Amino acid sequence: MESSTARAASRPAIHTAMRGERAAEVAAPSDLKPKLKINGLNFYYGGFQAIKNVTMDIPERKVTAFIGPSGCGKSTLLRTFNRMYSLYPDQRAEGEILMDGENLVTTRQDVSLIRAKIGMVFQKPTPFPMSIYDNIAFGVRLFEGLSKREMDERVEWALERAAIWSEVKDKLSQSGQSLSGGQQQRLCIARCIAIKPEVLLLDEPCSALDPISTAKVEELIHELKTDYTVVIVTHNMQQAARVSDYTAYMYLGELIEYDITDRIFIKPKKAATEDYITGRFG
Amino acid sequence: MSAVVCGASAVNPGNPLYRARKRFNALVLVVSSAALAFGLFWLVWILGTLLYEGGTALARAALYYQMTPPPGADGGLANAIAGSLAMVAAGTIFGTPIGILAGTYLAEYGRRGWLAGATRFLNDVLLSAPSIVIGLFVYSVYVAQVKHFSGWAGALALGLIVVPVVVRTTDDMLKLVPNTLREAAMALGCPGWKMVLLVTYRAARTGILTGILLAIARISGETAPLLFTALNNQFWSNDMNAPMSNLPVVIFQFAMSPYENWHRLAWGGAALITLAVLVLNIVARALFRKSD
Repeated sequence: MESSTARAASRPAIHTAMRGERAAEVAAPSDLKPKLKINGLNFYYGGFQAIKNVTMDIPERKVTAFIGPSGCGKSTLLRTFNRMYSLYPDQRAEGEILMDGENLVTTRQDVSLIRAKIGMVFQKPTPFPMSIYDNIAFGVRLFEGLSKREMDERVEWALERAAIWSEVKDKLSQSGQSLSGGQQQRLCIARCIAIKPEVLLLDEPCSALDPISTAKVEELIHELKTDYTVVIVTHNMQQAARVSDYTAYMYLGELIEYDITDRIFIKPKKAATEDYITGRFG
Repeated sequence: MSAVVCGASAVNPGNPLYRARKRFNALVLVVSSAALAFGLFWLVWILGTLLYEGGTALARAALYYQMTPPPGADGGLANAIAGSLAMVAAGTIFGTPIGILAGTYLAEYGRRGWLAGATRFLNDVLLSAPSIVIGLFVYSVYVAQVKHFSGWAGALALGLIVVPVVVRTTDDMLKLVPNTLREAAMALGCPGWKMVLLVTYRAARTGILTGILLAIARISGETAPLLFTALNNQFWSNDMNAPMSNLPVVIFQFAMSPYENWHRLAWGGAALITLAVLVLNIVARALFRKSD
């Protein structure tokens, strides 16, 4: 565990956009490069504005957590990153989400390619109605024509990486839906990893899991950040404190405060954040 | 003060509200059991009569290889069985893909918009349309144009009955597939058509197949649409373009006749259809149970 001073020395460009007025820029060291640069992002469900002018950088190979009360827009924000909203005609986004210089909101690129690069794990485990093996191979087959042997290796690699291989290696042909909730969620994470994305979006991945499964998934998140940029939405503040490097507090569609996790939890700058963290509100 | 608020607990076996609820529960249980017994009584009677009257006919091997006889002679139902199988198969092959594709459109692509709503409404109308109307429709647009009855016309009429049943069950079953499963597939970068084909169909396959089997069971016993389309044929016919014998119309014709041997064959045919549908359902259930 790095000390918080060491962490403070390596913080990314963080813009704290308060109601779109002042964006207090924090010094950006060159070694932490942002994976996603979000600029003036607005999001609408029909006529309702759910995200209001959010500007922030998501650092590469770090865990960034979004916290906030229900309905604050944190899941909505997550769903803009992989263009999940474009499945629904009445939902739209405005602004910029830059990944490798490409604006994901307006890009001409096929959304399938974006989604393959930005994997997502949902609140409820969503194993497909097929075998454990095919659950993993499903996504890989969409983009790669691997031989049987290569596919076997990839499936094992992904399950290993998601810390579930030892539990399922003898029953790969069984239905993915026969696993326990915690195993299903790790299967879904493995399914995501198998197509080698660059970013992993986790939408309350532990809210349907028991404490032991939660601990396993949290441990996994910690390991995954060596290779992936992880963004996690969570209801559970302790979880955010445990797993994340950076934490963003959202309220009513606005980004209230975004900083190094330790600082958010120990010494937040804004009274609103402190009220939420200390349980006085929300 | 606190004695007034707390007092003695109202929760005890003598509580009048509690006892009224118990009595009501007992009453509803008796009424619903009686309704069940009433329904089962007729069902068992029908099956019993069928097997009693048709059993001897079913046991005769000649039923399966001899042709429908003239009055007074011995015979079987071979041509009617073959004709029914051919037309039910053709009708299913014709109606199922259309039904599944239309149901897929309704559930996967046309959730909003007026077209899906209108289609769903019209499909429900078609679903409850009397089958004789379908028979008359095929008669007027096909049989009357080519000026002869035929097996194809019969298959077409049966297919038109299959379509709305399959549309409805496919639509319903696909709508039961949780949306998170679709989002999960899309989140992997899966194109929509592949998501439908590989994920939602698989999740809904038991329900969709059950719908198809229900449709087959339904058309196996339909008489009215065949009366105006396939008509009947005393002889064996491999020509789908000619009038074709079939079980429901043979049963109808033989049962209405004054001849004893025809009556026996009609009972045999009725028992045969019922048992075939029963076996189909049991086999399907067993298969699905294994696959799930």
